[in-house]
Amino acid sequence: MPLQKKLVGAALVLGGVVAIAGWFLLAPARLDAATLAQLGPGDAAKGKRIFYAGGCTSCHAKPGSQGDARLQLVGGLELKTPFGTFVPPNISQDAKDGIGAWSVDDLANAMLKGVSPSGEHLYPAFPYTSYARMKPADIADLYAFLKTLPAVAGKAPANSLGFPFNVRRGLGLWKLLYLSEQPVVSFPDGTPDPVLAGRYLVEGPGHCGECHTPRDFTGGTKKSQWLAGAAAAEGSGIVPNITSGEGGIADWSEADIANYLETGFTPDFDSVGGAMVDVQRNMAALTPEDRAAIAAYLKAVPPHPNGYPARKKPAS
Amino acid sequence: MRKLILAISMLAFAGSAAFAEPVADRQALMKERGKIAAGLSKVVKGETPYDAASVLTALQALQANAEKFHAGVDTLFPAGSDTGDTAASPKIWEDMAGFKTAEGKYLSDVKAAVAAAPADADALKAQFNTIGGDCGTCHKGYRVKKG
Repeated sequence: MPLQKKLVGAALVLGGVVAIAGWFLLAPARLDAATLAQLGPGDAAKGKRIFYAGGCTSCHAKPGSQGDARLQLVGGLELKTPFGTFVPPNISQDAKDGIGAWSVDDLANAMLKGVSPSGEHLYPAFPYTSYARMKPADIADLYAFLKTLPAVAGKAPANSLGFPFNVRRGLGLWKLLYLSEQPVVSFPDGTPDPVLAGRYLVEGPGHCGECHTPRDFTGGTKKSQWLAGAAAAEGSGIVPNITSGEGGIADWSEADIANYLETGFTPDFDSVGGAMVDVQRNMAALTPEDRAAIAAYLKAVPPHPNGYPARKKPAS
Repeated sequence: MRKLILAISMLAFAGSAAFAEPVADRQALMKERGKIAAGLSKVVKGETPYDAASVLTALQALQANAEKFHAGVDTLFPAGSDTGDTAASPKIWEDMAGFKTAEGKYLSDVKAAVAAAPADADALKAQFNTIGGDCGTCHKGYRVKKG
């Protein structure tokens, strides 16, 4: 056999080995037993707080529903992004169409690892990149609360994504880059408790950074511009800078931030708008202490100038 | 308190100017609305002591503002006024009926608050929260922040 052919053959074999190794490297990884052991029994009353902090209903309620209907988590909202349209699924207690048949371990694997019960990668439109920072016991509490909500039949439509984003396995690589349980902002020893409590709420369940931080071309959040505001990842317009950098909220006091989260009014009495309306309604369901903690954290994060391009002045 | 009433009458005067520039006019109405709400919010939070007469005056000013908006909605939002220095979402023109329903609900909730003439800060708070909810409902779908 001529040398050239041998080389091509060897390259093909090597390429195949790398591809197969890569395929396994990108395999979804579940939680280990030690983490699952921390889940504990779960408390529905405490889980209600996590439910509102996590904003589950903002994406999983039927679009346009009001009041108690927001607790029917049937899915169906369309999130239009540059990668395609994501449709949050039914996460009601329906055993067939929802997640009524899930164990608490299944919920923990979905939220902390982005892995479905059948062992597939979930798309990070479900913000497990933030939820990964949550305490396992909070997941168990949330699970207990979700159990108290109604079962609603009906499957939401499937996602509509183009190649290569429709290949779930590829997310394994993305997760290696972006999935971490470590806090985004490190604070020195002696940082006041409310700041740390706020960090947990904002970076973990609240997943504020998913909309308020700009993303790179693969869709990962840019930690160097954490909470600096961004062109909307879904829909149109911009999401504001919530650091104290230029264009941000340096002139808001902690009380202003807490009041905004409670009432929906900015210090100059503009009102909450866009996707933040549902978020604010969730925040209003938290305790004053939780809202104050979020405010304390936001005033403590590194300031950045706006993470979105300046608006072009309209031609007059 | 006299200052609050004075401010409201001045605002009402400013708001009575004819609709010439739709974007500027609707923004002026929204700003006026925000200022009145700010005054009422101070009462709700107990930063300003409750005074039935001035609260009613403020609520009436809110109603006059909402009526002006309601009556002028076609003039304030003519087709094509979604460009330039405005946060108005194109959805307003795609779904004018829904937009009018939302602003109509706001007007009727404001009217209900005036009619109820809340007797104390707690009663005002309930009315105020309903009205504030209407602000969010409309701004959720019909406004786009453009930076």
